[in-house]
Amino acid sequence: MNLLGLGLIGLSALLLLILSSRKRKSPPKLRGIPALTRLYRAVGLSVEDGTRLLIGLGGASLLTQNGAAPLAGLGLLRHLTERTSLSDRPPIAAAGESSIAFLAQDTLEAGYQGAGAGEFYQPTTGRLTGMTPFSSAAGMIPILHDENVSATILIGHYGVEGALLAEAAERENTFLIGSSDELPTQAALFATAQEALIGEELFAASAYLGASASHSNSLTVQDVLRWIIILALLIGSGLKLFGII
Amino acid sequence: MRIVALVLAILTGLIILVGYFVPALVPIQIILLNWAIILAGMATLVGVFNLILVHATKITQREKGTAYSAILVICLVATLLFGIGVGPDHPDMRLLVNAIIVPAEASLMAVLAVTLLYASIRLLRRRANLMSILFIATAILMLIGSATLPFGEIGVLNDILRPWFQHVLALGGARGILIGVALGTLTTGLRVLFGVDRPYGGK
Repeated sequence: MNLLGLGLIGLSALLLLILSSRKRKSPPKLRGIPALTRLYRAVGLSVEDGTRLLIGLGGASLLTQNGAAPLAGLGLLRHLTERTSLSDRPPIAAAGESSIAFLAQDTLEAGYQGAGAGEFYQPTTGRLTGMTPFSSAAGMIPILHDENVSATILIGHYGVEGALLAEAAERENTFLIGSSDELPTQAALFATAQEALIGEELFAASAYLGASASHSNSLTVQDVLRWIIILALLIGSGLKLFGII
Repeated sequence: MRIVALVLAILTGLIILVGYFVPALVPIQIILLNWAIILAGMATLVGVFNLILVHATKITQREKGTAYSAILVICLVATLLFGIGVGPDHPDMRLLVNAIIVPAEASLMAVLAVTLLYASIRLLRRRANLMSILFIATAILMLIGSATLPFGEIGVLNDILRPWFQHVLALGGARGILIGVALGTLTTGLRVLFGVDRPYGGK
């Protein structure tokens, strides 16, 4: 089983390297995800209106198995910061875990510098809002209320407390797109948020908003791996059906 | 300096990853993970100061919600000093946690139950499509199937429909979603490992 896992990781790494080394002749064709299309519009509108984006990165520690979701959020944060750093009100990143909050500050600073606006970076735009899931959510609600936020993006590891933020955004009449790597949270956000990202869509957000080619490449790798798993499941079911295994 | 940070991060990540498959690397993996835990602990302390800084800035600049920020800073500093003074296991410190923090979070959980119910009622008005109808119909079916009804259980629902929904449709869907999340996790991890995504000093 260990060797199978190592093989899967090795294959993914190899595919990523191969895809990164070849140049695409045309931009990748991605299936439409209405939530991300709406987010794309909301980001543009926030720059035009001079309003803020609030990006919630959740409360998972990088030392746990849920660490990848905030990392995907940081990738999106970097891209959004570059796009909106010259707006009147820069984006705010909120986290429920200290190390993620620091990485958010670093990512925001990198985004400003990437946009050639390093002098406008404010360290207080990367915030730790609480140390527990509910206190972190409660700490984000005043930002929604007081800091002229027009769109909120929850992208990270959230529990069902994400629904409280969705409700708060609804009351403030602002757009909220919610995502999490937790199944119950996805269900709660489907019911409460204006838009919800289900499953692996969380990891695809950067590619859809036009970040680097590496993000599109990782989507291609995910698709290849998904087909391999589908084939393995079908072959396994067939073999079981005919009593071979 | 950036290249040193990048090389260190990639090397550390590779050792941790390969340590799961090569037993010889486990001792080094444990040492690195222990360092990471110590750093995360320190980050928590510095994070608290970040929280104080954000709210202190709000107070000094007299932004909206200054009063709440002031209450937060006073309570945070008082609790921190009290905790350092008497220790986390002192009965008064435990009382502080059990009598304030736990009930406050429990009340938020109670609000959440009402929020979810209200949101489900509103769902069809906001997003009237097939998925929303299926979502609500399934939720109602499962609720009726799980509830204790005054006229007894509904045989077909309890014995056939609910288990089938739960163990075939829901389980299959959940596994599909989890496989997708796992693949996303894998590729995101590899991108960070290769230094393509650099949330650490990637200027």
